[in-house]
Amino acid sequence: MLISHTTQCFSKTRWLLLLVIFAISLSLSADENYYKWKAQDFAIEQSLGDIKGDANRGRKLVMQRDKGNCLACHAMPIKEEAFHGTFGPPLQGIASRLTPGQIRLRIVNQQSINPLTVMPSFYQNPLEVNRIAEDYIGKTILTAQEVEDVVAYLSTLKQEVQP
Amino acid sequence: MISARLIIFYIIGLVSMPFLVSLTHAEEPKSGYAFLTTSTQEMQDDTFANPGMKAVEDGRQWFYDKGLDGKSCATCHGEEGRKFNKRNLASYPVYNEEFEKPFTLQDQINYCWEEQLDNVPFVYDCVDLIELETYIRYLARDEKINVVITEKLKPFYEQGKRLYNTRFGQINMSCASCHDQYAGQMLRGQVLSQGQSNGYPAYRLGSGKVTGLHSRFVECFTSFRAEPFDRGSIEYINLELYLNARSNGLKIETPAVRY
Repeated sequence: MLISHTTQCFSKTRWLLLLVIFAISLSLSADENYYKWKAQDFAIEQSLGDIKGDANRGRKLVMQRDKGNCLACHAMPIKEEAFHGTFGPPLQGIASRLTPGQIRLRIVNQQSINPLTVMPSFYQNPLEVNRIAEDYIGKTILTAQEVEDVVAYLSTLKQEVQP
Repeated sequence: MISARLIIFYIIGLVSMPFLVSLTHAEEPKSGYAFLTTSTQEMQDDTFANPGMKAVEDGRQWFYDKGLDGKSCATCHGEEGRKFNKRNLASYPVYNEEFEKPFTLQDQINYCWEEQLDNVPFVYDCVDLIELETYIRYLARDEKINVVITEKLKPFYEQGKRLYNTRFGQINMSCASCHDQYAGQMLRGQVLSQGQSNGYPAYRLGSGKVTGLHSRFVECFTSFRAEPFDRGSIEYINLELYLNARSNGLKIETPAVRY
């Protein structure tokens, strides 16, 4: 699942591959902040590392382009931002449809529910990612704290807003 | 109870997925032009307003630039490239027997530049080579792209297709994730196109530069937070082969105006 996937000149890049794996294992052992999670019935009931999320921070994260950037694909009840994407379903009233545990799995690893989804897995094990750029080796898109913040924010979107 | 319902949805999803995929693949190729706003379309159509025409002019200079033994591109290909077969220009990449790999238009230009004109070859996708490629593709403007996947091109085409469908980088997306499934949808403020290559090299409104296809691939890979391949690498040549064949039937729009 790593670099060898599409390279033809594998022999040329083999030493690079080994180096990358070495670097990944180094950086992982250095951080050790990837919390293992377990999905059951399409939900992760327990929060990542038992961290408590903050809805206000989560609201900022969903707008931030280098963080959640949920707005890129989902329309959300955030009036101050002009452009909302149309890739995914609107998230207004999402908390009336899904439990916090179900929301958590969809942020952490939507690809485990729908393998063809375009949605990035925001808390995927960095070792499972193909050809990750040097700057991001060993890192998840959102940290465990940030995932919990976004879960906390989305869990507040209870009422369906009438158009 | 809820979980039982979810499982049923999941099964329905799994069963219907192959059909959904085949539906999206059956979509007619549509140029990136169709996804532009009217004012940007007008900018592209008007050769005075199109900023990419600067690269065409600069490319023409290169076309008449004489090599060490006094020859220029025009010596063989005629004034204003009249001896070019437009249909051939629109059929790149083609298989090169000598190098035993697909040759993109840029590869071919660079090969001539070195072998016929005795010049130092360009670096792949550098500004000068892009200008020359832009000029030559511009000569075949409005010609329909017609890449023929021969027996020998087939394995390279398959590799390109595989790369197109492979997830990359921390964002973990493939080209297909977006361009095959969500063309026409809004990605925040931007309309997503099918990712057709018929307009390249294209003038990019974001960077204000005429950009080659491989540089565009590097941009995509960087935005996936993936380690890009080199411009001119066999991976990108394969991808260009797949993309150009995917654009078959669309007219060359070089220099197109794109976001």
